[in-house]
Amino acid sequence: MILDGKCPSGPLAEKWSKHCQEMKLVNPANKRKYRVIVVGTGLAGASAAATLGELGYNVEAFCYQDSARRAHSIAAQGGINAAKNYPNDGDSIFRLFHDTIKGGDFRSREANVYRLAMVSNHIIDQCAAQGVPFARDYAGYLDNRSFGGAQVSRTFYARGQTGQQLLLGAYSALSRQVAAGSVRLHPRTEMLDLVVVNNEAKGITVRDMVTGKISCYAADAVCLCTGGYTNVFYLSTNAMGSNVTATYRAYKKGAYFANPCYTQIHPTCIPVTGDHQSKLTLMSESLRNDGRVWVPKIRGDRRPSHDIPEEERDYYLERKYPSFGNLAPRDISSRAAKEVCDEGHGVGTGGRGVYLDFGDAIRRLGEDKIRERYGNLFDMYEKITDENAYQQPMRIYPAPHYSMGGLWVDYNLQSSIPGLFVLGEANFSDHGANRLGASALMQGLADGYFIIPYTIGSYLAQTKPGAVSTGNPEFIASVEGCEASIRRLLSINGRKTVNEFHRELGHIMWEHVGMARSSDSLAEALRRIPELRTEFWENVKIPGGEADLNQELEKAGRVADFLEFGELLAKDALLRNESCGGHFRVEHQMPDGEARRDDEKFCHVGAWEFKGSGREPELHKEQLVFENVHLAVRSYK
Amino acid sequence: MDLTLYVWRQKGPDDQGRLEEYQVKAITPDMSFLEMLDVVNEGLIRAGKEPIAFDHDCREGICGTCSQVINGMPHGPREKTAVCQLHMRSFRDGDTIYIEPWRARAFPVIKDLIVDRSALDRIMQSGGYVSVHTGGVPDANAVLISKADADTAMDAAECIGCGACVAACPNGSAMLFTAAKVAHLAALPQGRTEAARRVCLMTEAMLKQGFGSCSNHYECQAVCPKGISATFIAKLNREFIKAQMPGQ
Repeated sequence: MILDGKCPSGPLAEKWSKHCQEMKLVNPANKRKYRVIVVGTGLAGASAAATLGELGYNVEAFCYQDSARRAHSIAAQGGINAAKNYPNDGDSIFRLFHDTIKGGDFRSREANVYRLAMVSNHIIDQCAAQGVPFARDYAGYLDNRSFGGAQVSRTFYARGQTGQQLLLGAYSALSRQVAAGSVRLHPRTEMLDLVVVNNEAKGITVRDMVTGKISCYAADAVCLCTGGYTNVFYLSTNAMGSNVTATYRAYKKGAYFANPCYTQIHPTCIPVTGDHQSKLTLMSESLRNDGRVWVPKIRGDRRPSHDIPEEERDYYLERKYPSFGNLAPRDISSRAAKEVCDEGHGVGTGGRGVYLDFGDAIRRLGEDKIRERYGNLFDMYEKITDENAYQQPMRIYPAPHYSMGGLWVDYNLQSSIPGLFVLGEANFSDHGANRLGASALMQGLADGYFIIPYTIGSYLAQTKPGAVSTGNPEFIASVEGCEASIRRLLSINGRKTVNEFHRELGHIMWEHVGMARSSDSLAEALRRIPELRTEFWENVKIPGGEADLNQELEKAGRVADFLEFGELLAKDALLRNESCGGHFRVEHQMPDGEARRDDEKFCHVGAWEFKGSGREPELHKEQLVFENVHLAVRSYK
Repeated sequence: MDLTLYVWRQKGPDDQGRLEEYQVKAITPDMSFLEMLDVVNEGLIRAGKEPIAFDHDCREGICGTCSQVINGMPHGPREKTAVCQLHMRSFRDGDTIYIEPWRARAFPVIKDLIVDRSALDRIMQSGGYVSVHTGGVPDANAVLISKADADTAMDAAECIGCGACVAACPNGSAMLFTAAKVAHLAALPQGRTEAARRVCLMTEAMLKQGFGSCSNHYECQAVCPKGISATFIAKLNREFIKAQMPGQ
């Protein structure tokens, strides 16, 4: 089937305003008759729930954390992009749009990305009005810095904690709506199933993570804002609890999963130290504004960094990409790091690391200036590694960080199931095959504050409020299904822990479906994942009971989904027989090692439809049409 | 490293709870404290026992989920460090380590090391926001904010809401938490309009949720993983007094 993204016709710059004119509205007095479920309280979820509450809808907001304020958007460090052009350096909505399309290696929808660039400016205004303490200059104006993949300074920031401050802004707006009675919060509650009635999304089934009780909620529409799936790699920069369960179970209920193979490996993370490692920590890309990336020219050089003279250092990003240098996009920087380490130039434990050196910047600007810009990041680095980055270079290595793929949505952020909307990282829409730095916060908040309030209204205006209740057989069947699956997990009583399975899956994914993929490595992954999954269902050990706070049971449900989802990801990567952005197939590269796209065969979104357990999923395509940008070889040289 | 742990185990809110002893072997200094507990838990699961329940999520010191009292100190021995950022190199081979949950009247224990901190959310719901709707706001540069004010606001806004301040306070007060939000918004022109109302509502909510009052022990500042200064409590008090003035 050919999918329709439902992008409005007309000139690019007028599509969204034209669409807004055409969308249906719900009368203010009628809004309170509608109930909307929002799952996840990160930037997308909190902003959506707050804004829908402000408009007068009844909102039920769910999160697995103990407080809505703790969603993993909070860990975003560097900043948020907007096309304000405050620095007068030539930025514009079109340039932000173009950089994002190009950064995504021409694998995203023009109309969506242009809308994102348009609303980016409103986000900054909104957050400033909420009291987000953005960095200011001495005259009191907002300050900007640069990020990868752009030659203008368009990134707004709040020290190294921009995600935290933006999330707390959205959380405060949400708290205000809780006080007003329009939003009810359900923390420590995990979504286990989507309930579809007459082909429309009408509710969810959840588990109370304290009491273990399974229950369901009916609504007129459901918004999934449940983040990304890079924990399929086990070690990633995501939070320990980040998971694919909500989106994967929606996929099993009929929502198409688009481009699962588009995963982002972030270039600047703290390297792995041993087998005990439970997660990886990101060092903001903003560090590359002042840090210079290098490795020793001599292979296996074990001298301390300060003993290696300047002429024996290879500043490989500056050498290979002179115009973008250390600010080359993430996918390119990550692969370049892997390449120099594969060649034997890596530093630190196991030779899997490169230097990020602030020596020059400290000499030029002074240590105080560097501390002001990145102090919290240097502190964090020191806590983890016991090394002082003011005195010696940081060691960094790429790590799984973000998923560009996600549930397929149309221009209205509606999935292939009517009434199911998907926002933020959980959808696939705006970043193509690679996301640029400081664009995740922008997209999450754009979706929640400025897009869903319009598009969900248009859907609701065409539905009768409260048409379905939890007494409906679909709800009862969903609850029984979730209870049965939990009992099955608990009854296995095998010999391996959930973490052991997750670690093994992560190893397969990282080795065979990681930064460099080939048809052989993907075939190997596709052979080993089902084996591991079979073993999981025969040999996993989950202590404790169902009617209790049981963290192993929570993890087991998530890992069970990752064991299915990992296969879908590998399958998608095998079928996409080209290299683009974060998806790098070693068979498809330029002579200099850059990604080689195949626009003739793969200029489309690949969206998978679940066809039942044990059956092959079906691939649907949405052709990507470029009317305003020229499909070029992406070059940052 | 080999360690002896005494960990608080409590099946549920109604269970009395007790410290249980665990012998832990082959811990490396590079492990984080929570990774050490992961090792303990893997061992317990393999032995057919229930693992220790503890809250954690980002494991990079920013989400504020982790919450353990280590050897009597919330978040353990390292200054300005949340438990998840504490590494085993801060301990020595042969050490005995006591691990307990946050203890405060407003934070009932749910299980083992997990407590219910929703009282902090309710303080926020009472007024920890600027009452602005989405849309219809001025350009971000239309309202100038001096760098000093923006920096002060940011110093306060760094609070991660973990509740260590409450756990450390002999009165179980949430004064530092509340003060951080009051001071953050009071420092900015956007938050100024509602400052008087906000400080009254949030202080009242704090008391209603079962938190005690401040009697200047400064334990909160000492354990805060973000180093939030207790001077913000003085700021809260000033805002509170100002709010009582005629005309407010």
